[in-house]
Amino acid sequence: MSQSLSLKPLSKTALDVPFSGIRRFFDIAASMQDVVSLGVGEPDFVTPWSVREAAIYSLERGQTTYTSNYGLLELRREIARYLNKRYKVDYSPEAEILVTVGVSEGLDLAMRVLLNPGDEVLIPEPCYVSYRPCVSLAGGVPVGVETRSDAKFAVTAEQLKAACTERTKAILLGYPSNPTGAVLSREQIIEIINFARERGLYVVSDEIYDRLTYEGIHTCVASVPGAREITVLLNGFSKAHAMTGWRIAYACAPEHILKMMMKIHSYTMLCAPITGQIAAVEALKHAEKEVEEMVSHYRQRRRLIVDGLNRLGLTCHMPLGAFYAFPSIESTGLTAEQFAERLLLEERVAVVPGTAFGAGGDGHIRCSYATSVEKLELALSRMRTFVEKLR
Amino acid sequence: MSNEVPDEILTILARDARTPSDTIAKMTGRSVEEVKDAVRDYEQRGVIKTYHTVIDWEKTGCEKVVAFIDVKVTPARDVGFDAVACRIARFAQVQSVWLVSGGSDLRVVVEAPNLRELATFVAEKLATIDGVTGTTSHFLLKRYKEDGALFFESEQDQRLVVSP
Ligand SMILES: Cc1ncc(COP(=O)(O)O)c(C=O)c1O
Repeated sequence: MSQSLSLKPLSKTALDVPFSGIRRFFDIAASMQDVVSLGVGEPDFVTPWSVREAAIYSLERGQTTYTSNYGLLELRREIARYLNKRYKVDYSPEAEILVTVGVSEGLDLAMRVLLNPGDEVLIPEPCYVSYRPCVSLAGGVPVGVETRSDAKFAVTAEQLKAACTERTKAILLGYPSNPTGAVLSREQIIEIINFARERGLYVVSDEIYDRLTYEGIHTCVASVPGAREITVLLNGFSKAHAMTGWRIAYACAPEHILKMMMKIHSYTMLCAPITGQIAAVEALKHAEKEVEEMVSHYRQRRRLIVDGLNRLGLTCHMPLGAFYAFPSIESTGLTAEQFAERLLLEERVAVVPGTAFGAGGDGHIRCSYATSVEKLELALSRMRTFVEKLR
Repeated sequence: MSNEVPDEILTILARDARTPSDTIAKMTGRSVEEVKDAVRDYEQRGVIKTYHTVIDWEKTGCEKVVAFIDVKVTPARDVGFDAVACRIARFAQVQSVWLVSGGSDLRVVVEAPNLRELATFVAEKLATIDGVTGTTSHFLLKRYKEDGALFFESEQDQRLVVSP
């Protein structure tokens, strides 16, 4: 047994995927005291009580089994009703809706179903940290399409066209955007869909922040003409219903696509947790008022933080959705990484450097306003001390 | 009943009456002057009645006796329940008076330093008012929630400090 063991290396695919740029900041921040965090990507609210109560009741009744691979039919029906009522898009609860373990799983399934090795996926950046890895893990090639602050970080059909090659297979849209708060207008979506149709591309649309828009109602990508048959729509309960820990979301797509997603899901996940599914039914049926109340909080905090950042000379456009402000920190002369690290160590405010979100993120930081007004004000005052010190 | 969207200034103050004007201004995208003017106007028009604080008196050691009293009233010609309700409302011991549906007519909240004073008030003042035909008292035993504030341990922020 003294012979040294030389194990074969781990999967190259796994090794090649980089760790998220967010991890480093998490490690530093977690080791410090009295940090005000603007680095949190989840609501500061807890799940509405009626939703928690429904879940508790289901446990008392002993509802602890597997569900259908697709998810509870009652939940799929509520999802279909929601999408029809809010966006006038129709998905069949029986064949076109899959309940997933977070949008995270939906993304992974969509990529695995759509991509062959080497297929390219166009991803407007800065974007959510999982998009690139999900494409790579499915054997695809992520192709970042950089969006700029002067266009309010909204990607255009022109930009996508310029990045499109023979190998392009799909476009991955994430609007309202984490980290920029950008949204796409109906017209912009129509142009993108027209372009995708011309080239025979699929569109995967992560609309997890659909309810968190502050000026006008969100446009569901699947609701524009010609979109439905090429689109995989992803949405979930994590953000609007403050249900991150329940791990419940859903994917909607034409039957032949959804069936393949369900097949993989049936082998790798079997089904989403039943308690969460029951909670999600309650969330769709009876938590509308709570959602609106939370949105009103975010709307007010958004104005407060954007105003505060601009006063500090950290130019920030007014984000139209999600709960992130994405100011430029270029006026300080620091890089995003330096800014975030020094701000954390010197003034105990955690933010995430824009570089964690891909191209176009440099020179910016992501500030989450899923935090109380008092904490936002405290963070802004500490940031003032920091910025003034730099001058 | 009209169903207008309430002014954000009011919803913010209803959540926390101590929110400073300049914070409200930033939260609503208005100027500090606009906010102050609006609040003054609400106060003058009686839209904002008063600002009060929810206190857990038990924790301070100075407990009070509180009773919820259902009052039956014979309504009077022309004024209905109003005359009796206003008469009751003027007593300092009375915290709230509501006209309600159901078995009784008025629901009155009375606060007193001790049980004896409370009983005296009900027997000598409340029950003797012209038009009052009966009272039923319910004493407060324990508070769980009052005016939106929980009186037991509520949730702490348990999120990771940085997350995607
Ligand atoms: C844009 C975006 N998509 C997906 C997710 C993951 O959501 P879920 O909790 O449904 O897996 C997040 C979470 O931060 C997100 O910001």
